[in-house]
Amino acid sequence: MKKILSIAVVLAMLLSAVAVFTSCGKTEEGAQDEVVREAVAKEDIKVGFIFLHDENSTYDKNFIDAAVAATEKLGLTEEQVIFKVNVPEGTECYDAAAELADDGCDLIFADSFGHEDFMIEAAKEFPEVVFCHATGTKAHTENLANFYNAFASIYEGRYLVGVAAGLKLNEMIENGDITAEEAKIGYVGAHPYAEVKSGYTSFFLGARSVCPTATMDVKFTNSWFDIALEKEAANALINDGCVLISQHADSEGAPKACEEAGVPNVAYNLDTIMWGPNTALVSSKINWAPYFEHIINAVINGTAIEQDYCYGLEEGSVEILGLNEKVAAEGTVEKLEEVKAALIAGDIKVFDTATFTVNGETLDSYMADVDSDAAFTADTEVISDGYFHESEYRSAPYFDIDIDGINLK
Amino acid sequence: MNNSATNDKNIKDQKQHKVHDPLFQIVKRDGMEWYKALGIRLGAILIALVVCALVLVLLTNMLGTPYNPIKIYKTMFDGAFGSARKTWVTMQDVAMLLCVSLAVTPAFKMKFWNIGAEGQTLIGGLCAAICMRYLGPALPDFLTIPIMAVACIISGALWAIIPAFFKAKFNTNETLFTLMLNYVAMQIIRIFIAIWVPTGSGVLSRIDNAHLPILFGQKQLLNILVVAILTVIMYIYMRYSKQGYEISVVGESENTAKYIGINVKKVIIRTMAISGAVCGIAGLLLVAGRDYTVSAATAGGMGFTAIMVSWLAKFNPFVMPLTSFLIVFLERGASEMASRLRLNESISDVVTGIIIFFIIGCEFFVNYKILFRHSKHNKEV
Repeated sequence: MKKILSIAVVLAMLLSAVAVFTSCGKTEEGAQDEVVREAVAKEDIKVGFIFLHDENSTYDKNFIDAAVAATEKLGLTEEQVIFKVNVPEGTECYDAAAELADDGCDLIFADSFGHEDFMIEAAKEFPEVVFCHATGTKAHTENLANFYNAFASIYEGRYLVGVAAGLKLNEMIENGDITAEEAKIGYVGAHPYAEVKSGYTSFFLGARSVCPTATMDVKFTNSWFDIALEKEAANALINDGCVLISQHADSEGAPKACEEAGVPNVAYNLDTIMWGPNTALVSSKINWAPYFEHIINAVINGTAIEQDYCYGLEEGSVEILGLNEKVAAEGTVEKLEEVKAALIAGDIKVFDTATFTVNGETLDSYMADVDSDAAFTADTEVISDGYFHESEYRSAPYFDIDIDGINLK
Repeated sequence: MNNSATNDKNIKDQKQHKVHDPLFQIVKRDGMEWYKALGIRLGAILIALVVCALVLVLLTNMLGTPYNPIKIYKTMFDGAFGSARKTWVTMQDVAMLLCVSLAVTPAFKMKFWNIGAEGQTLIGGLCAAICMRYLGPALPDFLTIPIMAVACIISGALWAIIPAFFKAKFNTNETLFTLMLNYVAMQIIRIFIAIWVPTGSGVLSRIDNAHLPILFGQKQLLNILVVAILTVIMYIYMRYSKQGYEISVVGESENTAKYIGINVKKVIIRTMAISGAVCGIAGLLLVAGRDYTVSAATAGGMGFTAIMVSWLAKFNPFVMPLTSFLIVFLERGASEMASRLRLNESISDVVTGIIIFFIIGCEFFVNYKILFRHSKHNKEV
């Protein structure tokens, strides 16, 4: 009897392990249909949004536009959607979230990294409300039933615009404007943080995949948004011999500096042709609308929400926009289509370990700090099958390796 | 000789020619009954609300989303008092702004333009975070919290003594000095965060040690009580203590102070130490009693807003809760307005600006009266 029981238990454990394993991938269609929460009628649902700034910040504008688009598409009325703008990354965020919950919101979004702890605090206090936090890292370690993280596989978008940049470099080399050795890219980074490092590394790998002699200089502004500093950094990079500029920080600083100097620029989060009609090349952005729509629908239907939501090119969460034919090299559109299809199909891996080295050596193992803890210990092996598994063990990027060919200034 | 004689004659001529009075004259009032002054101030707020309503109707019509101004004002009120939670948060915000305002008051009364309260508060807050981080796990809370409180007070005071010392010894410009120290304090915090958070995100997670106690299950209550007690102490200190008197003498005239034997340098340094110490308390309350983390934005510009609170109250600690409330009410109301009605936050800044403009402007009519030509003529007749 005991034996049968233990066999049954082992079998059950195995089955559940298999179930968990198979539902880990990106497409968990089966799990999504399962009702885990009480459904909310579409007419009754109330959604709150917490934004760090208002639409004057390009970062928040990107979220606000997506929130408006998603809620309008779903047909929610103005009474059903509450925006809280200019919410700092302090107790004010907890207060805002709690006020939204008091007001009867079933679902609350927040858009800034520093909001996370305060969202978690509110999530613990209001277990019946769903809290979704973009760019955060703690959902999978806090393991609350009502707190979720989200990001997008923007590194694929960066890789794509990197390809466009590489083609432009090739064109410049062919035209004799620069020699192959002079193909140096400049990158204006924000903070030396994984999100930024993952961004510029994927951009660089994209460029180098078509222009093998490309190198890159990176300058950090140590600020997420500073027009003057970004412009200054871009100018310094141009003076240092960089022939193409890209940036993480998304103000008009770098695009304007490029337009003045006549240097091609690859932007982030918005189309910058208005600032640089003769130099804006292309940009990549995260489109949060599919995410908002997906989560709101999940709450309406009472279905499960991914603890870490990370969609990409295929779902429209990552977009390429503002391809400027005046600036882009010939054949860019076709090449981007081809690479995009390969990325979606999985034929190209952005962080393929065969394409980069660290201190002259190919990496076959890397422990990343995926689980946030006070000591910031590297806890998860993220290289297997010949590539770095970005955004798979949690939604927020954790690629923070300094690879050869990129010089930090 | 000849020259001076003609000069005298010229002056006499001018005096005789001066028959035309100006259209109006501004005369300082001797003093005004309190109810009249109150009436002028309330009237100013009323006119401000009417002007705001006009502007709002014009603007929202221009933007294509007309709003009833009454609805906008109701939304503002809801923003501050719409629920018990909102009321508590409003009270706490009033208390914190009041705390920093109390801190700058003795310095201003002494005519020492301390615009470094932001930095002094941040340094206090940083010290709280350091104690929470390093002492918190090692010691029990009943030991950590007093050590933390003392550390915050001393660090805030030290940060304020630096410019005071240079002012007293070398007569440096305290306005620039204190202003610049704000940025130094912010960068010091960024350095600490960069060390504590090696991932480079620049955001320090919540520290779960040595939080200030929560009274009666209401997180905001302790902060409010501490500031209430501070207000009374500051009133007594400024009004009835010998040191408070010395501060006002130094503020009115340094030479008089020297003449009657006040050690001006000592008073400057001592007063700034007090100013900084109270800022340190504000930092403690913000970090250990409210946020449980620290960032360069912890003080949120209160060091500057406090100047306005203190001036509006004419440095009277018992009036400051009112002026502090006014500012917080406008801020919270305005942000609710921006959120609820999806009006741009800039519109709420316009409203706040108009109201504060009228309130400051009406002080002119409390302190001066305007005599028109004919009314003066009548008087003389």
